[in-house]
Amino acid sequence: MTEEIICAGFGGQGIMILGKLMAYSAMRKNFNVTWMPSYGAEVRGGTAHCMVVISDKEVASPVISLYDTAIIMNKPSLDKFIGKIRPKGTLILNSSLVDGKIKRKDISVLRIPFTDIAHKLGNIRVANVIAFGVYMSKKKLFSKEIAKKGITIAFGGNKELVSLNIRALEEGLKVV
Amino acid sequence: MPKVEKIFSKPKGLQDAPTHYCSGCGHGTIHRLVAEAVDELGIRERIIGIAPVGCAVLAYDYWNFDVTEAAHGRPPAVATGIKRVRPDNIVFTYQGDGDLAAIGTAEIVHAANRGENITVIFVNNGTYGMTGGQMAPTTLIGQKTATSILGRDLVRDGYPLKISEMLAVLDGVKYLERTAVHTPADVLKTKRAIKKAFKNQIEKKGFSMVEVLSMCPTYTGRSINGSIKWIKERVSKDYPLGVLKDATK
Amino acid sequence: MKKQKSKKVHLMTGNEAVGEAAVRAGCGLYAGYPITPQNELTAFMSKRMTEKGRAFIQSESELAAISMVFGASVAGVRTMTSSSSPGISLKQEGISYLAGCKLPAVIVNVMRGGPGLGNIAPSQADYFQATKGGGHGDYRMIVLAPSSAQESMDFTISSFDLADKYRMPVMVLTDGMLGQMMEPVRLPVMQQPSSANQKPWALTGAKGRNPRFIKSLFLKPGELEGFNKLLQRTYKEIEKKEVRYEALGCSRAELIVVAYGSASRIARASVKDLRKNKKHIGLFRPITLWPFPEKVLKRLTKKAKKVLVVEMSSGQMLEDVRLAVGDDSKISFYGRMGGGIPAKEEIDKEILKCLR
Repeated sequence: MTEEIICAGFGGQGIMILGKLMAYSAMRKNFNVTWMPSYGAEVRGGTAHCMVVISDKEVASPVISLYDTAIIMNKPSLDKFIGKIRPKGTLILNSSLVDGKIKRKDISVLRIPFTDIAHKLGNIRVANVIAFGVYMSKKKLFSKEIAKKGITIAFGGNKELVSLNIRALEEGLKVV
Repeated sequence: MPKVEKIFSKPKGLQDAPTHYCSGCGHGTIHRLVAEAVDELGIRERIIGIAPVGCAVLAYDYWNFDVTEAAHGRPPAVATGIKRVRPDNIVFTYQGDGDLAAIGTAEIVHAANRGENITVIFVNNGTYGMTGGQMAPTTLIGQKTATSILGRDLVRDGYPLKISEMLAVLDGVKYLERTAVHTPADVLKTKRAIKKAFKNQIEKKGFSMVEVLSMCPTYTGRSINGSIKWIKERVSKDYPLGVLKDATK
Repeated sequence: MKKQKSKKVHLMTGNEAVGEAAVRAGCGLYAGYPITPQNELTAFMSKRMTEKGRAFIQSESELAAISMVFGASVAGVRTMTSSSSPGISLKQEGISYLAGCKLPAVIVNVMRGGPGLGNIAPSQADYFQATKGGGHGDYRMIVLAPSSAQESMDFTISSFDLADKYRMPVMVLTDGMLGQMMEPVRLPVMQQPSSANQKPWALTGAKGRNPRFIKSLFLKPGELEGFNKLLQRTYKEIEKKEVRYEALGCSRAELIVVAYGSASRIARASVKDLRKNKKHIGLFRPITLWPFPEKVLKRLTKKAKKVLVVEMSSGQMLEDVRLAVGDDSKISFYGRMGGGIPAKEEIDKEILKCLR
């Protein structure tokens, strides 16, 4: 089993944390895992992405050119990465910010209004963790307990943020 | 039998070694003043010196305490490294004008600006002695050197660099004095300044530097007396002697 | 299939792993200057070294950073600096002085694309600089090349030990991919900063002993040659004792792929996959780039028909492989440059081409 994932969106949408939550959960599930950010000059200009590889084998390259799953949080990222999703791959799309048709018929598309759901929860910045919940319920690779632990570590110390993000996770798990 | 009292001897801070410096050179005197100050402050067993690249590269052949070399211009960075891991040692650099004011400008400025609790002895003789008398950043306008054969030209070479005046404005600098060693009175003043600069460090007062105007008869093409006159009449006019800054009180 | 054991694994970037390793190896002073893609390491050290009450300095330049490291080493303390390619060029001055003064220090190069400013993507184009003496003079530096976050940690610890053992600078050679990537890492035990008393050459103040002098200047006739001979004896000893490599299925291989660091991760995946199709392929991964595992590679490649070298450069390690193999007609090369990372499929294709 090898799962190659890209998470992409605007800077500030918590893309890096989304990827790290996945990597942490995979690690705790005894998988081999790599997390690779876009860094330096690429980061300037507002879009951000990170790549996560989860496998029961050793991970060759953390830099991947084709994806089994793409979690896309904004329009520029969709345009950039839509062509690189593997046939039969999964596109998890933030429909709050991206509308319009997806021409590809060989991938499964989940359109979920992450930003709107996050807004209802009281903070649009938790859209990333809702997306994480959706990914979890779709792929069933990680346990909820580990994911919660990951959130506790990621937002370490700030009880309010931790509980908000755990609510976001629960929300994400319910969506699909 | 008359009572005999020993009133002058080699400081413990100096080894018994014949000098390689040219006659009339100021380095020997300044080395000795450092050693005397070290003796008087009782710090010979806790001091670590950093020798420069230049004529004083061989300082460890004379001093009788721990000394390391450094790459050209980098003594303040090396001193920083030593002092940060051994704050109880007394750490000083001994640098010439090429080392400190040309290739090592960044290192001296930033060590001073960080307020490193170190002591810097800056020997300004207006030339590169070790390599054969080339123009230094401190060379005076009109002064002839191996690389300003017709004299330092303002348009081509720019102004003599007053590095001490530059450093004095930095908040990290606590004590900065310019002295000379061309007369016995100036030698005594230099000794007092060096001693104070070490004392400041012992008392953790911060960055202290003494600029010493020194003679290089060989490469300024002057006799020993001519060199003394040159310091008195020219160099000390462009580089006025005295305390440039004292923020230790 | 090797799974990570759960518990007590931490998710860390390669850069952070190097930093944590340094702290755990008892590094007493770190000095560095910002440059991508090693910035996380300097940032990490500013926090961890301060927490531990040890010295952290953001220096004014790479020249100053390596000289601060020189100073800490003079004082008998374990010390490290890090940078990426253009900054490592500046550090060459200090590295030569460390070698000339027989001072231990660890230098980390998180390589990026060059020459010049190049880019900030991963690269292996500093192999020559690292292994052939980037600075002046007849000196060597042990160079360790990790290929994972765990190895970034383990090899950094080894580097401190080797530096102290042989009194010389040691380089950890990683790249932007290894530095930026997060992987699970197991932490080694915490060591205290080494006491200068353990280093009978260190400058500590001449209390109750004769003064010590640290220098690389030898002006008397024959003196410097004598010193160089001493250095060379040390290097010979290192070549005998410290060679490290990994050989995977090389003994009966028809084709041996040679790669290190990031490139070896990808090459390994190709080799493992193609071996499933009954292809006789091996992977040879030098871990010490100097001393290069020349003898063992020579032995292993004797029976092989082909040798494929894969690098993220125009072919720098290739020269050492050619010297070891001694038969250029066997050797093929596949390289990506300027920040290009070879995809597994590209290496698969090159391997199959060699086997045709």
